[in-house]
Amino acid sequence: MSAPDFFYEMADPVAGVRPPYALLNDWLEKQKPKTLRTKQREAETIFRRLGITFAVYGDVDANERLIPFDIIPRILSAGEWRRISRGLEQRVRALNAFLYDIYHRQEIVRAGRIPADICIDNSAYAPEMIGLTPAGRIYAHIVGVDIVRVDADDFYVLEDNTRTPSGVSYMLENRETMMRTFPELFARHRVAPVDQYPSLLHATLESVAPEGAQGRPTIVVLTPGVHNSAYFEHSFLADEMGVELVEGLDLFVKDGGVYMRTTQGPERVDVIYRRIDDAFLDPLVFRPDSLLGVPGLMDAYRAGAVTIVNAPGTGIADDKAIYMYVPEMIRFYLGQEPILKNVPTYNCAAADDLAYTLDHLSELVVKEVHGSGGYGMMVGPSATAEQRKAFVAKLRADPSNYIAQPTLALSACPTFVESGIAPRHVDLRPFVLIGDRIRLAPGGLTRVALEEGSLIVNSSQGGGTKDTWILEE
Amino acid sequence: MLGRTADDLYWLSRYVERAENMARLVEAGYRIAMMPRNSEEHREEWRSTLASAGCAICFERKYDDYSTENVVNFMLLDTDNPSSVNSCLSTARNKARAVRTTMTKEMWESLNATWIELSGVKPKSVTPNLLPGFLEWVKQRSQLFRGALIGTILRNDTFFFSQLGAFIERADNTARILDVKYYVLLPEREIVGGGIDAYQWATILRSVSAHRSYRWVYHEGYKPWRIAEFLILAKEMPRSLCFCYGMIDAALKGLAETYGAKPPCHATARATRALFDHNDMDNVFQGGLHEFLTNFLARNNQLSEEISSDFHFHD
Repeated sequence: MSAPDFFYEMADPVAGVRPPYALLNDWLEKQKPKTLRTKQREAETIFRRLGITFAVYGDVDANERLIPFDIIPRILSAGEWRRISRGLEQRVRALNAFLYDIYHRQEIVRAGRIPADICIDNSAYAPEMIGLTPAGRIYAHIVGVDIVRVDADDFYVLEDNTRTPSGVSYMLENRETMMRTFPELFARHRVAPVDQYPSLLHATLESVAPEGAQGRPTIVVLTPGVHNSAYFEHSFLADEMGVELVEGLDLFVKDGGVYMRTTQGPERVDVIYRRIDDAFLDPLVFRPDSLLGVPGLMDAYRAGAVTIVNAPGTGIADDKAIYMYVPEMIRFYLGQEPILKNVPTYNCAAADDLAYTLDHLSELVVKEVHGSGGYGMMVGPSATAEQRKAFVAKLRADPSNYIAQPTLALSACPTFVESGIAPRHVDLRPFVLIGDRIRLAPGGLTRVALEEGSLIVNSSQGGGTKDTWILEE
Repeated sequence: MLGRTADDLYWLSRYVERAENMARLVEAGYRIAMMPRNSEEHREEWRSTLASAGCAICFERKYDDYSTENVVNFMLLDTDNPSSVNSCLSTARNKARAVRTTMTKEMWESLNATWIELSGVKPKSVTPNLLPGFLEWVKQRSQLFRGALIGTILRNDTFFFSQLGAFIERADNTARILDVKYYVLLPEREIVGGGIDAYQWATILRSVSAHRSYRWVYHEGYKPWRIAEFLILAKEMPRSLCFCYGMIDAALKGLAETYGAKPPCHATARATRALFDHNDMDNVFQGGLHEFLTNFLARNNQLSEEISSDFHFHD
């Protein structure tokens, strides 16, 4: 058997089982496939009963679907996690410094470190935010950073999600389900807990309340409603924090303040953790046809009467064309070298990069600049000739809409599939909270591509999730 | 609490209660349908069952034939009938989904699991052999939810709005059952009443699960005016109008304590409750049983509307 051309996190072909997986590997070897199959079904029943479902857009039959859950945990050592978390803190500090700068003096552009056109002319740049300073100068309070691993030492950031990253409820429910299904595994390992995440989130939201808030700030979670694909998560987080889950119609603006409609009449709101996009926040400022938002919200926000989390306009920081400059931001604002690597990126808006991309299509991943969720992308090595041809046409027609990156050999983790236990490719999305200080629950959401050889981990494209264990020392 | 949340809690509780009542009505109706009688009599029984359920008109729009199969399917599974068990439990579950944050995990899981199981139920699951099991299941699921509510929820506005929904629905249901059959419950019927009437009385008691408890309270055979008394005035009977209004009163008191205010619906509830306090059946019969029930149903409905506006369900 030839050595696989990817890093297998459980075992090295030469050195054998890697230390973090030693106990798990022993345990797995003793399990009968039938037992595991039963446990897998038990876990699925738990998810279905809890109603942990998501909706797939464009799929009318699957209004509520389960994300496949894999029962074999992914394990990282304390040392590995330490490095990742330091890298994450560095990155989110730089992203917030960039957001403040780009809506104020734009020093980084003046210094010639980032070209003006990709910032200011970018459709993700929100002119409404110019000159506005949110509480604590924080824009992106909750950031989900997608990280992939290629070998024992190298972690790459694939993208930063600075708008309304989702998935944290799966991180928490995956752990709950694992603890219910495999108590004996937790007895053998020292797994760092993650269930403090809702309190960390609550503390973060409280810490960014407007200065004038009376008493303990009133926090709400703003959802587009039950039909949104992440509705489960919205209600889960509101419930865990003990705050109201509101829709746009439950809120209104009066005399400069934001209020919610309660059974006892209006109640003042101080912090809105919104899970709706910028465009829908306030029909008076953004999309006039939006029924999801709150008319006048942006005026109240500008006047400092309410904090919106994440701030409007943060999309500029996770734009795929901006992504390639994040290492430069870390150097410029923090004077440090980046701890986590960036994937080399070809910006197809540039003629040279476009030419390179067209020449090397079969080696590259091509993504839409504003795309997300695995939609509108092409993975060169696995694409058919026809798909490639279609992308050549798209690239020529609108080159600035695309970037390209080399295909990384994503690491793989043991996964329970039809044929038994086999390696499947994974990524990792830790959730970083930024308020009066940076808070981080150990681990994150591991997404796994369930098809053999597939590199696409998105749930909308057939990916699943796993529990992620950070071992304590 | 958001006004919208209170609205959803109130209605989801009503729908769970309604699902259970529908199951009971079908159960009672089905027993009568097994009696050896002519088809016209069967037709009349099912018609009155549908009238008790408040869905006779809706049924007639869809069917010409009061066959047992049609009625059972319509009352249990038909999604065109907003009060079918299927519709009630789906609506309850969807409302619960919208207000999950105010529910305990046990409450949510009981409703969600019910809904998941219900989606596997097809008309062939309620054929005569399987019907009793299905009806039992519906009642148990509703009781499981109620148990989860009583056992796990904080005694704050969440609980009080749920209670209001449940008992306003229950009172409505009991009053309807009585009203559809009021003519067999009048005092003079005792003389003319034969075997069939006795069966009718038992059916009324069965539709509120009270054919045994009646005997524990009255220690004698069914007397029509006693049945009416039992379902209207008995304080110890958990589905009587009097009992329901005791619970409604307690829930409104709870809200007044939580919120420190007594909006106008309190006065309406008090006035309706006065219909039962210090009243007796002679008095009720004198004014006319049907008139009494019609008046009650209108007041109960009015209370529901006032609760909705006093607690800002829609503004």
